[in-house]
Amino acid sequence: MTRTEILDELKKVIAPYTTNKEMLASINEQTDLIKDLKINSANLVDIIIDAEAKYDIEIDYDSADKMVNVGTCIDVISEKLNQKA
Amino acid sequence: MNNHILNHLPYKSSFRFVDNISLLSENEVRGEYTLKQDSFFYEDHFAGNPVTPGVIITEIMAQIGLVVLGIFLILKETDLNFDDDENLFPLLTSTDVSFFKMVLPGQKVTVVSKKQYFRFGKLKCYVEMLDSEHELVASGMFSGIIKNIDLKKNG
Repeated sequence: MTRTEILDELKKVIAPYTTNKEMLASINEQTDLIKDLKINSANLVDIIIDAEAKYDIEIDYDSADKMVNVGTCIDVISEKLNQKA
Repeated sequence: MNNHILNHLPYKSSFRFVDNISLLSENEVRGEYTLKQDSFFYEDHFAGNPVTPGVIITEIMAQIGLVVLGIFLILKETDLNFDDDENLFPLLTSTDVSFFKMVLPGQKVTVVSKKQYFRFGKLKCYVEMLDSEHELVASGMFSGIIKNIDLKKNG
């Protein structure tokens, strides 16, 4: 999967956890999940769990720590997808 | 038998809403609380017509359904000692509760909570409150974390 493909999928994963739909439509790799999308920090856990189910991957503590903006989320997801392949 | 866990609860006197834990496992907790006739909120909510506020119902559900189970899981999975560290305290991060029946002063309620997941320090549970007739008082999804805990180091 390309980064753009993952980004498009990621939008759908994030959608239930942000009320800022305008910002969500225009996210890029620099978009911060908490500061820009105003996601409740505890709900990052739900996003991680939903991403695991969607991509059939497992995200450990250290990887989860890195997932603060859209770019680092894509890094972690593509890394785990590559490990699986 | 399960009530030793109550010694670890950080709430005191007027804000402790757990009397007894009747069932406690990794996936489920059941506990009871009897609303005190002289609780501070009845005087003003409402004057001459005391009804338990929804926020107190929510708090009872959170203390039994999330905090008791959360402390149990942390004591089981880590070597953290809750009582020695005043910086550690539980925080509610989200609730979504529906209310079905009023609770009046002196009534006994039972809270049943089923774990959805406990990951990255966050506990999410589906919690129900029943009255003494086993009728549903309130239900909803609750989530919380322990503030200042470092599970990576200790877990």
